[in-house]
Amino acid sequence: MRYAMAIDTRKCVGCSDCVVACQTENNVPIGYCRDWVVEVTDGTYPQLELENRSERCNHCANSPCVRCCPTGASHYADGGIVLVAHNKCIGCGACITSCPYDARYSHPDGYVDKCTFCIHRIKKGLEPACVAACPTKCMYFGDLDDPKSPVSEVLKVRKYKTLIPEAGTDPQLYFLI
Amino acid sequence: MREEIIVSGRNNYLIDPHLHIWHWQIPLYLFLGGLAAGILFFAAFFTLMGKEDKYKAAVKIAPHIVPWILVIGLFALLLDLKHKLYFWRLYTTIRLESPMSWGAWVLMLVTPLSFIWSAIHIKEIFPKWNWKFKILTDLETFLIKQKTPIAWVMGISSIILGVYTGILFSAFNARPLWNTSILGPLFLASGLSAGAAVIMLFATKHKERTMFARIDIGIIAVELFLIIHMFMGFLASTQVQIDAAGLFLGGPWTAPFWIFVVILGMIVPVFLEVLELRKFKIPVVIPAGLVLFGSLMLRFLISYAGQESRWLY
Repeated sequence: MRYAMAIDTRKCVGCSDCVVACQTENNVPIGYCRDWVVEVTDGTYPQLELENRSERCNHCANSPCVRCCPTGASHYADGGIVLVAHNKCIGCGACITSCPYDARYSHPDGYVDKCTFCIHRIKKGLEPACVAACPTKCMYFGDLDDPKSPVSEVLKVRKYKTLIPEAGTDPQLYFLI
Repeated sequence: MREEIIVSGRNNYLIDPHLHIWHWQIPLYLFLGGLAAGILFFAAFFTLMGKEDKYKAAVKIAPHIVPWILVIGLFALLLDLKHKLYFWRLYTTIRLESPMSWGAWVLMLVTPLSFIWSAIHIKEIFPKWNWKFKILTDLETFLIKQKTPIAWVMGISSIILGVYTGILFSAFNARPLWNTSILGPLFLASGLSAGAAVIMLFATKHKERTMFARIDIGIIAVELFLIIHMFMGFLASTQVQIDAAGLFLGGPWTAPFWIFVVILGMIVPVFLEVLELRKFKIPVVIPAGLVLFGSLMLRFLISYAGQESRWLY
């Protein structure tokens, strides 16, 4: 099993609903966010090109955060989801520093926090909150090992890219271009 | 033209606008760890060479400050933790892939060794020292007999400690400025140089002082060589590392790095130490103080600037 997410940069309108959905679903402390929207503008007016990307933890298959954690708090859960065990985390900040996507932050309670792919919802058979809330349905979530999952289906027919693959992290967020 | 901005207003504390999760605690600890490694290395080295009496300050006097240095360093590390009550989790597991885990375990070895070394040489400082309990006196006699194996373990573990202070940074490929294996030997050299400076401060005999001035000059030459190599490596590497080197080559950290670390922390003390060897009277506290200052600044600047170097946005 290999959970992954595909985000259609051509459908995303940058409304940030995914950000609010995540904050509400996961009780993210005020002033913090686990996902965010990046807007890329290329060119000069009137030849402009726009790309919107809803970003979050890439749940990398070769995670530097899991590698550098001195206590084993950062770990791979089922399906390759990268999680932090709060009761093992000492808050040293090594994983925050190690993430080239800056996807982690120090929770005000001391432990390190980040996107969990809404593992509590997945276990109930639901989609992650951001995917469920997206008004343009631009996000696809599922198991890459299952050829019938929404993410596998869309990756078969669309061109995609990942973010800074040259950092060697094997990220599992696919941006459809 | 290309513009890439976060439009949803991400402003995570200590992450945005640029990473600053590690404050003064980590660079201070890395400096103290390197300094302790330097002093212990020289103590072990000259013990194994059979020159305990010739280099008394190095073997018998200066190591007494190491336990204090390490305790202050460990306290700084504890202050850095944001989930402090769970610090003991470091010692419920060994994770070979994590430099921080290595560091925690090496400190677990080096700290008690530094206390033992201080204890078996306590009579050099307090000649009338009395352990009061027979068991402690017996233990001291036993440990003094084991000095050679202790020196071996201490010498090797101090090198690991010194290298680890650099590897801690260089293992993070997310921060291009840190992602160079030169940081390991550079921080080890900086720690050894700081250790030699402290020994110079404690040395009472002129011969020992000039010996450590010579050692210091040699190590600083190696450091300068490593710094030049570090920048050559960056400039021949990928765009993110070229940008990272730019922080020190024209960017916002240029002046502090070249003035505090290279000129005041390396070139000036070498110049003063050469004058000292040429029989000029230079108060030892000036070159030694400058070396310590440069070594501290190196840790601070690499730590702060490294957190500003990045791949995205």
